[in-house]
Amino acid sequence: MLVRVLSLIPIVVCLAAAGNADEIRFERDIRPLLSDRCFSCHGNDSQQRRAGLRLDTYSGATAARSESRAAIIPGNPTESELIRRITSPDPALRMPPVEMGKSLGREEIRKLTSWIQEGARYEIHWAFQPPQAERPPRVENRDWPRGAIDHFVLARLEKEGLTPAPTADPKALLRRLSFDLIGLPPTRDELASFQHDWVRHPEAAWSAAIDRLLSSPRLGEKWARWWLDLAHYADTDGYTIDYDRPHAWRWRDWVIDAFNQNQPFDQFTLEQIAGDLIPGATTGQLIATGFFRQTLSNREGGANLEEFRVQKIVDRTATYGATWLGLTLECAQCHDHKFDPITQREYYELYAFFNNADEININAPLPGEQDRFDRAIVVYRRQWAELVAPVQPDLNALMRKWEQMMRSAEREPGVDYKRDRALELLGILWGAGQGEGQLEGIRITRIPGAQRTQRQEERLLTYFLARGELGLEREFDKLNLLELKKQIDALDKTLPPISRPQTLQAAMFPRQTHIGRRGDFRSPGEPVTPGTPQFLHPLSSSGLPVTRLDLAQWTISEQNPLVARVLVNRIWQELFGRGLVATPEDFGSQGGPPTHPKLLDWLAVEFVRSGWNLKHLLRTLVNSATYRQSSNMTAEHVQRDPDNILLSRSTRQRMPAELIRDAALAASGILDSRLGGPSVRPPQPTGVTEEGSYNAKWQTSTGSDRYRRGIYTWIQRVTPYAQFATFDLPNPNRSCSRRDQSNTPLQALTLLNDPVFVEVSRALAGRIIRETHEWDHSEKLRYVYQVCLARDPTQTELAHLSKFVNQRTAIHASRGGSLSQQKPLQRIEPAEFLAWVDLAAVMLNLDEFITIE
Amino acid sequence: MNPTTFPTTRRDLLTHTSYGLGGIALWHLMSQEGRTTSTPSTARRAKNVIFLFMAGAPSHLDLFDPKPELTKRHGQRAPEHLLEGLNDPVVKASPTLFASPREFRPHGTTGIEISDYLPGIGSMADDICLIRSMFTHTNVHDPAQLLFNCGNTLFGHPSMGSWITYGLGSESKNLPGFVVLTSDSGNGICAGSNVWSNGFLPSQYRGVTFRHQGDPILNISNPEGVSRADQRSRLNMIRRLNRQHLTAQGDPEIESRIASYELAFRMQNAVPELTDFTSESRRTLEMYGLHNDVTKPFGANCLLARRMVERGVRFVQVVHSNWDHHSNLNVKLKVDCDMVDTGCAALIRDLKQRGLLDETLVVWGGEFGRTPMNEVRRGINPGREGRDHHPYAFSVWMAGGGAKPGTVVGKTDDLGYNAVDDRVHVHDLHATILHCLGVDHERLTYRHQGRDFRLTDVHGNVVTSALA
Repeated sequence: MLVRVLSLIPIVVCLAAAGNADEIRFERDIRPLLSDRCFSCHGNDSQQRRAGLRLDTYSGATAARSESRAAIIPGNPTESELIRRITSPDPALRMPPVEMGKSLGREEIRKLTSWIQEGARYEIHWAFQPPQAERPPRVENRDWPRGAIDHFVLARLEKEGLTPAPTADPKALLRRLSFDLIGLPPTRDELASFQHDWVRHPEAAWSAAIDRLLSSPRLGEKWARWWLDLAHYADTDGYTIDYDRPHAWRWRDWVIDAFNQNQPFDQFTLEQIAGDLIPGATTGQLIATGFFRQTLSNREGGANLEEFRVQKIVDRTATYGATWLGLTLECAQCHDHKFDPITQREYYELYAFFNNADEININAPLPGEQDRFDRAIVVYRRQWAELVAPVQPDLNALMRKWEQMMRSAEREPGVDYKRDRALELLGILWGAGQGEGQLEGIRITRIPGAQRTQRQEERLLTYFLARGELGLEREFDKLNLLELKKQIDALDKTLPPISRPQTLQAAMFPRQTHIGRRGDFRSPGEPVTPGTPQFLHPLSSSGLPVTRLDLAQWTISEQNPLVARVLVNRIWQELFGRGLVATPEDFGSQGGPPTHPKLLDWLAVEFVRSGWNLKHLLRTLVNSATYRQSSNMTAEHVQRDPDNILLSRSTRQRMPAELIRDAALAASGILDSRLGGPSVRPPQPTGVTEEGSYNAKWQTSTGSDRYRRGIYTWIQRVTPYAQFATFDLPNPNRSCSRRDQSNTPLQALTLLNDPVFVEVSRALAGRIIRETHEWDHSEKLRYVYQVCLARDPTQTELAHLSKFVNQRTAIHASRGGSLSQQKPLQRIEPAEFLAWVDLAAVMLNLDEFITIE
Repeated sequence: MNPTTFPTTRRDLLTHTSYGLGGIALWHLMSQEGRTTSTPSTARRAKNVIFLFMAGAPSHLDLFDPKPELTKRHGQRAPEHLLEGLNDPVVKASPTLFASPREFRPHGTTGIEISDYLPGIGSMADDICLIRSMFTHTNVHDPAQLLFNCGNTLFGHPSMGSWITYGLGSESKNLPGFVVLTSDSGNGICAGSNVWSNGFLPSQYRGVTFRHQGDPILNISNPEGVSRADQRSRLNMIRRLNRQHLTAQGDPEIESRIASYELAFRMQNAVPELTDFTSESRRTLEMYGLHNDVTKPFGANCLLARRMVERGVRFVQVVHSNWDHHSNLNVKLKVDCDMVDTGCAALIRDLKQRGLLDETLVVWGGEFGRTPMNEVRRGINPGREGRDHHPYAFSVWMAGGGAKPGTVVGKTDDLGYNAVDDRVHVHDLHATILHCLGVDHERLTYRHQGRDFRLTDVHGNVVTSALA
């Protein structure tokens, strides 16, 4: 009862206790000090080591020494040579040496002293040590476990004196498995044949169902979504103008395909971090790196180019950290991380990888596009040359002058306002509405003329004519370029489009990265080169300078203690509702400790051993007895394990926004099952997009595009699709590793009254009538239950609903049984149809309908 | 706080609160007597906030901050020391000082000088607390609007209304706690719906927009052909089946779902009642300017805001856009002033005469100020000048809810270029608003990605001179 009461009280505030600030922690307080002041001569690097002393390991620091006492004597700071030396009044003895210019402050000395006093522990946070697969523990109940996972889970339950829940009903299991693996409910046929097989051989039936679902192309559509959340994918630029990115979906489809092909996660990672740097990269690999092009583009005039460029690099760095390392790196933008052993310098070393990448869109023609383009370009170029000929060579000279202006504005800003402004416009507006890279236009002006492609020249001219006038007004007038602009614009329209998805490319003109003082790019501090945090495994590079490809390889190194744990935890969360680490974005010392640390490690090791095989991981998880438990809650659950931390049952999960849509469309039989393609705009109430944004418009899709799966719905950053926003679509402007599962009246209003769900309830009613017209009430209701909830109704439910349909039929009949817009179906009275619409609406609004049980 | 209002999920509660009962956390959150010795009053004054957000940045120099010196030096170059070393292409681009074309005169017993474009707000001068020394740290609309509304220039942070409803809950049994009203198509709110975003807070704290086409709240009306009785009959069946499932299944989340549906049904009744002005007197309607097409859209929102706080809505955000007067300022400014002045004045007067002003904090302001210089832009002819974005000084006013009436806080320099005395950063304004609600801005926190976040980040000082 207590939990029930609590669940109705609004959250008021979180006062979660932060760690005790006074407690000395090695990783937070000591390691950075030693690293900064001592390790350059007494660290890991044997070449640089002085006096044979190393302070980066416990054994080195406490080793007996011939000419003095040990540097550190645990528990005894006054006898420790280290303390003696750092506090020595004699400049010849004092450490660090005076000439190093890095003497220790009083507070720092106090910290070192207390740390030694407390035993000089060199502890390493659990997540930063490599995972070890231990043999699964013994359990009392030998019958229950079906694999290693269950041993870990059961051992913990037995320790707590709890027993696992019974296996769920087979129909409930198939519905759960189906939603979990492909995001759609089982069909009636699938349900029937599964039940049939289950009776004869449950294990074989289960295994066959897993096989069938793992090989379904629907799997990618379901499993791409959490990855899109991490990348914060959307179909628009964001910010004021929120222009379209018409080719963004190419990366989304790449992700869907990668999951369907079961691309090994290490390769999946490599291609997204540095697909462009793989020798002989395919178009697909280039598109993959579009992961990092989900950053926002501000195309508002007055924006400072560098400020917004830096914001994107900050976003990329943070997104990288949350996605692959499970670390919150943002803190270290302004200062050393307070909790995790990442310094501000190390942050900027990681940042440097992304700082040296240019936003670029690549030609990736869809079938047919290239042929059409190749045919048209011949004519285009001939006409182009004819149009331009009368003003040549003056136009050529003027453009070179303008390019010169752009380059000097870049070198010496602040000299001429118009010049600065023209550069800014070129930077922010290039390719607007096409989702093209900002600064790409500026990049082209920096490429020597002879090295540019003809297409680059043509596009530069189009841009120049449209926006290059500022500061060159007289020349424009003299050459009558505004007229030429009209002609070139018209000509450009004759050129068939080539799809140009977004990606990154190694910077054409490398940038030096500096530490931003207090995180401000306007006050550059020390220069840094690309690198990875010291507290993790070393970065090995094939050469200098180190590149994003090195970062990618470092990320998927088997020595990386984080990446496999982070991944298996995130997949676990998707299936079980809660990660073994409840903070999937934070495996640092502020994150939640794992509830089952050994299980997490076992899964991580097994995952890498399997060749980073995602489908194998999914199979391992859903095959477990843990997964197959019933989700029913008993009084004991409420009392002993209300949040299901111990996994004493299966956790019910409200479906994510997209799956609610998919479930409704599937139940009513109107789901369009085409795979992939451009994003679509299903119906939503008028004005949703327009009222919340500057100038975006929602052009509702037509035909079967209205009934596509949720994953294909256009994501307008500033005003996301209403139904999705109501059901906790994460803010598409930031990386998200854990969605909310809220429960609000607006959700009720959506399912009751939103035009999509109204249409679905009518379609479902139509389907019932079409497919069951000769059946009696109970058979009809049984059909509805199977289609909507993948189970049969209970006797009580049957009785209630049967009465409901009769009553509703009578009411509709009493009103004449017909609606203005309604087309009566054959063989049925409209009143009865309307009653089934009522029933369909009831079904779509049940808690069970939108919940994976 | 009504416990049946906007239920949260069990998982949220268990994940985010370390004190079991919400009420305990709430208690800890309130400023307690004796703890904040520097503040004159620790008693909570305001229960609700009406936040009149003037998107696009109205000019302080032509509305609230008269500058005779600027008039005197009209046409001269701005002093070099102001521009030197400034890395701000926008402000630097316009070096010519530009006198305000408006007249100012003192209002009320305290003689606060306010522009002739705002006679209505001027007439309420004795009730407002005018802060002339506001400043911010970006001059681009999006980030500045995000900072002004959400306390951070980056996307993804909760808005003030979300923080406040998260902290204090809602007192309404059948309306959302945080409502957003826009008086045009919403056009011109650069940061879009992000200014009422829940950010990383649970989504029930997102501002619910009342729309001006179709349903006031998305999907509040039944589908065509479905009467209220029909809906009730469906809901009865939904409730019955949900309840049976709860019995069989045992998950308390189902109980929350049932409560959400009942609240949704009550909202379907309450919203039409709320938006139906027939019970308002003719005098009231006229006072809010509902008889006039110019004043009606914003005036109606102000009246709606009053009706909402009467019904326990915690935070009403009324947005007017767009004040971004880069050119032809004298003419365009009048258009926007005419649209909002009547409604603003009526709102304060009406709240006051109904005894609601003490418990309702009204806040008026935009994301930054505008340059004391005119704007250089091609095609702008003399006489049609405007002002560019200016982050170093602007004005905001508050009324009621613990704000000190008839007061001016802070000042800008002679040209209105920099805030100089009692400077108030946006974070300070937020801290002050929370203080008026009895909330300590340093203690209203939410754990996200490994750290505790606040509306005021790591900044903010309560502006004690603005408090009654």
